[in-house]
Amino acid sequence: MPVRARDTDWEGVRLHVVTGKGGTGKTTVAGALALALASAGGRVLLMEVEGRQGIAQLFDCPPLPYGERKVAVAPGTPTVPGGDVYALAADAESALIEYLEMFYNLRHAGRTLTRLGIVDFATTIAPGLRDVLLTGKAAEATRRRTRGVHLYDAVVMDAPPTGRISRFLNIATEVSGLAKVGPIRAHADTVQRVIRSPETAVHFVTVLEEMPVQETLDGIAELRGLSKGGLQLGAIMINMVRPTGLTDDQLTAAASGNLDRHELVLGLKTAGIEGSLGPSGSTDVADALAAELGEHATQVLNQRDYRRVLADAGQPSYDLPLITDGMDLAGLYRLAAALRDQGAA
Amino acid sequence: MSEETKVAPRLDTDRLLDDPRTRIIVCCGSGGVGKTTAAAALGLRAAERGRHVVVLTVDPARRLAQSMGLSSLDNTPRPVPLPDTAAGGTLDAMMLDMKRTFDEIVEAHADPDRAEQILANPFYQSLSSSFAGTQEYMAMEKLGQLRRTEQWDLIVVDTPPSRSALDFLDAPQRLSRFLDGRLIKLLTAPTRAGGRAYLKVVNVSFSVLTGIVTKVLGAQVLRDVQTFVSAFDTMFGGFRERAEDTYRLLQTPGTAFLVVATPEPDALREASYFVERLSEDRMPLAGLILNRVHRSPAARLSAARSTAAAEALLPAGGQADNAHSAGLNGGGVPLAEATKYPLAVAALRLHAERMQLIAVERRLSQRFTAAHPAVPVARVIAQPEDVHDLAALRVIGESLSDN
Repeated sequence: MPVRARDTDWEGVRLHVVTGKGGTGKTTVAGALALALASAGGRVLLMEVEGRQGIAQLFDCPPLPYGERKVAVAPGTPTVPGGDVYALAADAESALIEYLEMFYNLRHAGRTLTRLGIVDFATTIAPGLRDVLLTGKAAEATRRRTRGVHLYDAVVMDAPPTGRISRFLNIATEVSGLAKVGPIRAHADTVQRVIRSPETAVHFVTVLEEMPVQETLDGIAELRGLSKGGLQLGAIMINMVRPTGLTDDQLTAAASGNLDRHELVLGLKTAGIEGSLGPSGSTDVADALAAELGEHATQVLNQRDYRRVLADAGQPSYDLPLITDGMDLAGLYRLAAALRDQGAA
Repeated sequence: MSEETKVAPRLDTDRLLDDPRTRIIVCCGSGGVGKTTAAAALGLRAAERGRHVVVLTVDPARRLAQSMGLSSLDNTPRPVPLPDTAAGGTLDAMMLDMKRTFDEIVEAHADPDRAEQILANPFYQSLSSSFAGTQEYMAMEKLGQLRRTEQWDLIVVDTPPSRSALDFLDAPQRLSRFLDGRLIKLLTAPTRAGGRAYLKVVNVSFSVLTGIVTKVLGAQVLRDVQTFVSAFDTMFGGFRERAEDTYRLLQTPGTAFLVVATPEPDALREASYFVERLSEDRMPLAGLILNRVHRSPAARLSAARSTAAAEALLPAGGQADNAHSAGLNGGGVPLAEATKYPLAVAALRLHAERMQLIAVERRLSQRFTAAHPAVPVARVIAQPEDVHDLAALRVIGESLSDN
């Protein structure tokens, strides 16, 4: 592996918004991206906004409070020591109190609002306000400086799923219908500027299955239409990619049930495996394995089609390998390395 | 094999579907576990076994439409053409349009002037088209409506793709609580006749509130909220009542909750929460559908033995791992050069991987059963291809019943 100078595909991007259909591993990929970004050194904030404590589970630590906590140290390179990953579980209520305190010095009043049900107010009657508080928190962290330098080199947001992402990021429109003037409107406009700047990119996590691929394409089209180019689309992160040890010919043969059974039987015999090893002892092992190969081949060939469809979207894509032995920290580091090797960070 | 000690009771979905007392089936679970597909498969199977079924999906993606061969689903039930009508059943499917449903409620329960006023209010528009809570509430509302028509003898509901499975139960109550809540009372207080005494009590809070809201949101927002709330005032009682009605309907024995999960940690954790919550709320849980479970036709060939056999076919010190990961990018596969038996090596590795996956899945499902030993489980075998048509849906239904 050549040692890469820090030339990544997302030079200049400091806020990475990660979305994806439910079940595609959005939180995991966001975590891996944060680790990958931190391995260049520096400090990365990984932030979740849906109150599910997914980050704590991912990094195997106690539930996160509303506060930025260090959750991991990234592996460095021989020349650069690894940086730190901080995590934050943001919620609208705390973000609101913080916002009131920061801009109006109204901490006590914030508590009164909470008591009166302002959270219900924000999340129920005007979810646009809730979203602006959460994206606002991400924008604030992205822009925060100490002694003139950015506190975080990058912020990775584990954002709402694909079905809700355009609404979530379309803050100005959502809020402008509600607040035409006033501070919250001004705040929304500021947040919108950060979200639509070249500093922000929106990545889509998918797996190579029909529905997730379709939702990814729909999401990309929706964001394109919505922002008229003002919102930077990021990468397509293809998760749970399984390697195939087969050539194209073997794949085609296996998928159509025509694989070279003789070679398979011979190989299995050489390895000392023959006879019946099915659950009821009736199925011949070569037939059973051929059936498994056939399913695998069908899947691989379908996945290639999905890959082509995704490529037509015109965004860069990265592969993340399937972690077969259960997702843990070691697996997360492997995914981070894969992202780095492909230039994502 | 001490694992054998915790075997979950079998969930007999056919008995559930065939029982005429089953009137509502609610499929719930976290996102991406196949709720919609499970709901559609159950609906199809029930219809082909002679029931008059409507499947209500709440998912904004047009998945159900796709798998049922309908080009689109709108806010009214559409018939799904069944190839097998021997049993005399029928199947309809619909997709919830939450804004339409909400608008209809407003139109039905407010006089025309007031309805118009409400529909034009920016807060109403935000509330009615948002995904947070309204969708869940409107799903419940629609379920109640379908039930009242008595046109179907079985309603299968697919729950909204909430961030957490629990939203489905909480959101309707949250919305009604909100509409009936203290904040709303404060906001409407000045416009209510005789509200003066009440206002006095809450005076301090109220002035703090208006002060902050005006400062942060601007005075216009407060005015809009007040207009909205006072226009909505007359409907509040109705909202709460209907939310409670539907909630009670869910608690009746005619309802069966099916929790859907894949054998993955997150999905099963959500399923656990949901099972606990259903029992707290005395909701009738029928069981767990464990979706996309893997099996092997060569189950007696272990992962370890399979891996060892694959190794044996590679040259000593062979770069097993490199060969493995080289295929990742879909590029050239050096396996053919490394061994005389690339097919056997690939098959053995694939099998080892599958056996590992099966072991992980089994562990996860056992963990669930250890925590909830009384919850019956039905498994759906993972299909190599996605569901696009009724035939594929039928396969899922068969897999469900054939446990």
